[in-house]
Amino acid sequence: MPPDSAASEAERVLRICSACMYCDGLCPVFPALAGRHAYPANDLNYLANLCHNCRGCWYACQYAPPHPFAVNLPTALAALRRESYAETVWPRLLGRAFRRPALGAVLIVAAALAAMIAIVAASGSPAALWRVRAGPGSFYAAVPWSVMAGLAGVSIAWAIVSMAASTWRFWRAIAPKVPGRALWLAAGPALRDIVTLRHLGGGGPGCNDEDIRFSKRRRLFHHLMAGGVALDVAATLAAAACQDVFSWPPPYPLASLPVGLGAVGGVGVVVGAAGLLALEARADRAPSERGESVLNVAFLVALEVVALSGFALFALRDTAVMGPLLVVHIGTVVGLFVGLPAMKSLHAPFRAAALLRAAAEQKASEGKEGARAARVLSE
Amino acid sequence: MPATADPWDVLVIGGGLAGLCAAISARKLGASVRLIESAPSESRGGNARHARNFRAAHGAPAWHSPGVYTADEFLSELRKASAPQFDEGLAQELIADTTGLASWLMDCGVRLQDPRVGVVPFSRRTAFLLGGGKAMLNALYQTAAGIGVVVGYGAEAVGLADRPDGGWSVEVAGAERQRIAARCVVVAAGGPGADPEWLRAHFGPAADGYSIRGCAYSNGHAMQMLIEAGARTVGDPTTCHIVAVDARGPRFDGGIVTRITAIPYGLVVDRDAARVDIESHDVGRTHYARWGPRIARCPGGVAFLILDAGALERAAPTALPAISADTIAALAGTLGLDADALARALEAFNAERSGRRHPLSGPPFFAFPMRPGLTFVHYGVAVDERMRVRRRDGGTVATLFAAGMIMAANILRSGYLAGLGLALAAVSGRRAGEAAARHAAG
Repeated sequence: MPPDSAASEAERVLRICSACMYCDGLCPVFPALAGRHAYPANDLNYLANLCHNCRGCWYACQYAPPHPFAVNLPTALAALRRESYAETVWPRLLGRAFRRPALGAVLIVAAALAAMIAIVAASGSPAALWRVRAGPGSFYAAVPWSVMAGLAGVSIAWAIVSMAASTWRFWRAIAPKVPGRALWLAAGPALRDIVTLRHLGGGGPGCNDEDIRFSKRRRLFHHLMAGGVALDVAATLAAAACQDVFSWPPPYPLASLPVGLGAVGGVGVVVGAAGLLALEARADRAPSERGESVLNVAFLVALEVVALSGFALFALRDTAVMGPLLVVHIGTVVGLFVGLPAMKSLHAPFRAAALLRAAAEQKASEGKEGARAARVLSE
Repeated sequence: MPATADPWDVLVIGGGLAGLCAAISARKLGASVRLIESAPSESRGGNARHARNFRAAHGAPAWHSPGVYTADEFLSELRKASAPQFDEGLAQELIADTTGLASWLMDCGVRLQDPRVGVVPFSRRTAFLLGGGKAMLNALYQTAAGIGVVVGYGAEAVGLADRPDGGWSVEVAGAERQRIAARCVVVAAGGPGADPEWLRAHFGPAADGYSIRGCAYSNGHAMQMLIEAGARTVGDPTTCHIVAVDARGPRFDGGIVTRITAIPYGLVVDRDAARVDIESHDVGRTHYARWGPRIARCPGGVAFLILDAGALERAAPTALPAISADTIAALAGTLGLDADALARALEAFNAERSGRRHPLSGPPFFAFPMRPGLTFVHYGVAVDERMRVRRRDGGTVATLFAAGMIMAANILRSGYLAGLGLALAAVSGRRAGEAAARHAAG
């Protein structure tokens, strides 16, 4: 869907929603429509990113097709959400990866392959990679530390800088006009909503993850996946500490902090991402936006490949395939980080920003109501 | 045409709220239950699809219903809304039934909304459905299927014949024509709101210009079938609930979102751009039902609401954006109205100072074309306290029941109360289903 039509379709549907409001208990998108007459582009982008794609409103909608209004809010907001990534991402060239979501997958594969070729080239002789090595320092014997750390460092720095810049641009566009105090007070509730994925509860019964029945599986799998990613980041930091603070080079045993955290996190990522992929495969297509599905699948598959290559490396690190597996694992990690700013991963900071605005507007309106109540009492 | 050899204990005609409540109640008492819904599954559920909340008496606050709303208060409000001649005894019984309605629906999987969540208005009189009427219907259909109610879609009852054993044989049109035999039949297929011919017969040719706010399948044919079979009627077929709706909305199924509520903020003119005197400029909810009939009396059954930016801002959001123009002449052009006449009407409107009304200072100016939107007709068949159909020649039919809007006129002869339609549908459906199951069991 071209950008203008994504916005105009979202506005058409949201007007119907704002006149109806039957779904106001399902998620924060609907309360954010209350009394709204105008839909400037920034507000549309905010609403699109506030939507958790839980699809509860699709099954509850009295105006869904075959009704002539043909309301399909989940797909309208998903199309707009993708467009909001495309127009906000920095550098802007990455926007193409959201307008044609298969490009993101191409980018990540290309970056991973390039990283692998670079590693092999830097390691001197490819044949030497197949040598059996074991014990402390064996990884760096296969792939020099400077190559590994250099590639990882550059790609991670790129991901952080790009995603931070994109998030800042998004926040600047959607930031609510509320007092600073309301924003400060909203930080706690917003953080709680982000960490608990409260809105994947659908206001109580759960969401329509697959079909008309309610389920909380998407929330569970998302927790597993996000928690797994967090543990893997912690594992990486722990490994850096072991090496640089305690001068203990990898590989580490299973009972060490880096491998322990990494293994638990890896299981979370493998199971969580597989669960989300299975839901994506089984889900009713009617409320799904194809482009968003492609983004989801590309990101989840990338996570699976990184996590599984990590497990393979751990299992076979004392054999002749350690070297090639190390190249593959580092290559996929580098590919993931290079692609991160142009993938579904962008939804995490954008949704967090949208939840912060929703919580801040809630606090600001509570403040006004409180002041009004106080005035009434004093009269 | 195949005839089913073994009759069902209960056949429910109509898959709206009343029909589902009847089917579930009957099945819970052990009856074998067949339910036929004339709509396809995507459009199932009758007018309950467009409902949001149900009125229920409660003696103590509940998490979903704050405060207290006694049955006496409910009855006195009903008495005020309805014309004097209504079945007060039946009303009392049905109101008493509403006290257990919320928990019964929740037991059937229906989710209610916590009033502290979202932006629902504070209401001690009505409980709100999480996600609205269609979400409730989805839950009830799932529950019904889960306990063994056999549901058929796209199946409209077109004939009712009695059987020698005292039961009924119902002729059903649909994908295939069939006859369904049943010991008891509950008719819960709605009033005649969506039958253009019936409306023309009772409201004249102007009815062709009405929007039907409810679903296109609620055509009253099953009600007509009961009347032809000797049922006594109640209410007045020419009394109905009509509100002002956006003329650009769909012919059927506009529901809540095409309603125009901003009339108190602006100027209303007819197609000749002459001022329409919509006497009450009160924003109170009961006045919605006065504007509709007034528009129906306008030439061509259309009217236009003219607003400026301030008035539009005060108005509730609308499904379709207002038509806008930079000058009143340009607005008249877009609406196909006489520009001079509209300017004169606006001048006269602004010269008047009445109450809290703001003059329309514009430009820009905004407009909503309006037509009458029919909600329901105050007409149906008479029933006793078990929802058994009363006969014109006295007595009741032991095996024929009516529930939902088809019997609402027994206790609501005019006007409306928020959430009354759903409440009546649910409690009359439950009564009908239970009575039918007990009768079928012997």
